[in-house]
Amino acid sequence: MNKYLESVRVMLGGDPRKAEPAEYTEEAKVIHFYKKNQKEDFEALKLEAREHQKKRYWLKRRWIVLLSINLLFTVSFWFDVQILEGALTASRLLGFHLIDLNSALQVMLAHKHIIVNLFIGTGTVFVLWLLLGGRTFCSWVCPYHFLAENAERLHVYLVEKKKISDHAFHRGVRSVFWVLFAAMAWVTGYTVFESISPTGIVSRALIYGPGLALGWVTLLLLFEIFYSRRAWCRYVCPIGLTYGFVGVFSPVHVTYKLANCHHEGECRKVCEVPHVLECVIKGRAPSAKLDIGSDCTRCGMCIDVCPSGALSFEISGLRKIM
Amino acid sequence: MSDDKPKAGNPLVNRRKLEARRKFLRSIVLGAAVMGISSVGYIPVARAWNVRMRPPGALEEPDFLSSCIKCGQCVQVCPVQAIKLDDIEQGYGVGVPYIDSRTQACDFSCDAVQCILACPTGALVYHKPAFMPSRSEMRLPAPPILLAKEKSPEPTLNLKERSGLAVLLRPEKCLARQGKGFKGMARGPSFKGKMRFMEVDRWKPIPLRDHPFELELCDLCVRTCPIKGAISMESVVENGVTIKTPVVHEACLGCGVCEMVCPPDLPAIVVEARKGWSV
Repeated sequence: MNKYLESVRVMLGGDPRKAEPAEYTEEAKVIHFYKKNQKEDFEALKLEAREHQKKRYWLKRRWIVLLSINLLFTVSFWFDVQILEGALTASRLLGFHLIDLNSALQVMLAHKHIIVNLFIGTGTVFVLWLLLGGRTFCSWVCPYHFLAENAERLHVYLVEKKKISDHAFHRGVRSVFWVLFAAMAWVTGYTVFESISPTGIVSRALIYGPGLALGWVTLLLLFEIFYSRRAWCRYVCPIGLTYGFVGVFSPVHVTYKLANCHHEGECRKVCEVPHVLECVIKGRAPSAKLDIGSDCTRCGMCIDVCPSGALSFEISGLRKIM
Repeated sequence: MSDDKPKAGNPLVNRRKLEARRKFLRSIVLGAAVMGISSVGYIPVARAWNVRMRPPGALEEPDFLSSCIKCGQCVQVCPVQAIKLDDIEQGYGVGVPYIDSRTQACDFSCDAVQCILACPTGALVYHKPAFMPSRSEMRLPAPPILLAKEKSPEPTLNLKERSGLAVLLRPEKCLARQGKGFKGMARGPSFKGKMRFMEVDRWKPIPLRDHPFELELCDLCVRTCPIKGAISMESVVENGVTIKTPVVHEACLGCGVCEMVCPPDLPAIVVEARKGWSV
């Protein structure tokens, strides 16, 4: 249970906690000891691993899924094939209601009434993302994530060239936003967040055609390119936090294997939420195998860049069954 | 750092403290900025810049704005694409559906008010729930009969309230009042609006320009009205002269077909959104 509480605490903005000496398992202690004293062996392994690295394995799969889902919305409307009708805020897949959890929450708070379809659609989506990993929504479905991760490449390039510098915010500000947007919906009776949500705006633009609202999305992307890396997803978006809560008990997660790790830190450089990967720092992991926290978007970028297979997708319980 | 309690003046510690303070202040500015931007959305609502015609069955405006989830499923099911989504200049109305009757009116060619069926959040409903009643002047005297299915066992649209009312706003423009007929395409060859004509195709709406008229006296608003008894041509005496004029009755739902087909550049008859029936 403690593991889950810690995962939520970090997600809400708390700094990751260093494990106490007593919390280290014997197995982990042995691995840490070995790594400290066998430096030459490790260098050789590192070089060998590099040569066998698969490039962009998960990235390709994820982009195909993300683009397919978003284009399925567009195709369903344009060619009237009626497979996935609506937009990301609420839709119908072959007639079954699907409703975005954060949009549903905003509507329930603003309207103060819940009708049956809203309840069914929200329940279906809740179970779906509980099974698939919560913030999996962000990296595998959200169209703004796709735009932002490409803008991020430009940002990282500019930082490397020393043209600009990155400005971090306190991560806790996202939790404050979540509460404020919920409170504003309740008090004003309007779905305030919906009017500035780039997820909804981009999704609708893809389906119903572009509008002025894309100007706001462009401003956000410019802010992320020139001022603060992935600012919206990291520090503002309440959708991410809502799905993060759903993912706390999800069976799908990235798993870290201490024995395979060379502590090069490549994974933390590409991660949208590097605070979930504190355990990969040399000497930090308290056990030989760890599940990455609920703020993880399961995008698989860390798995792609890890040359030694220390990170991988895992579904809890599946190995036991199979 | 080897020192547990760093002394004041340690440059590394001071830089870290400074960065932490900057980060904190930046976060507060970010918070204020995002909240400020989202509050801007309230201005169009508060000023009621645009009184929009909502799709049939829409709740009263504040309830409608709060319950709409902005998914556009109503847009997708409409056979004549009458429903459009608003843009960001409408503030909290971004992504909220509306109908511009002059460009494309709702002619109920879907028969069953599909947009209401499609709405996942109850922002569009057949009958307003008891806890969100509509104004009494919005309630219809009887279930509206759709002329297209007048002969079917259930000829009514399952609607209990109107969304607006047709009004003869510019009587001086009305061709009937001038005693004029009408010949040709109701809105000219470039008009893209569609509607269903029972005598052409029971199910498929066609472009209005593909259905030219030849009328001794223009009664387009009356002959294209999809609702039974909503509008009729009446003789009235004005300034000692007997003229013909369209008269709107209590059965009017505010669907906007009359506004769409009215031939003058500025329509003589328009629908006023959210306007109720008053004697």
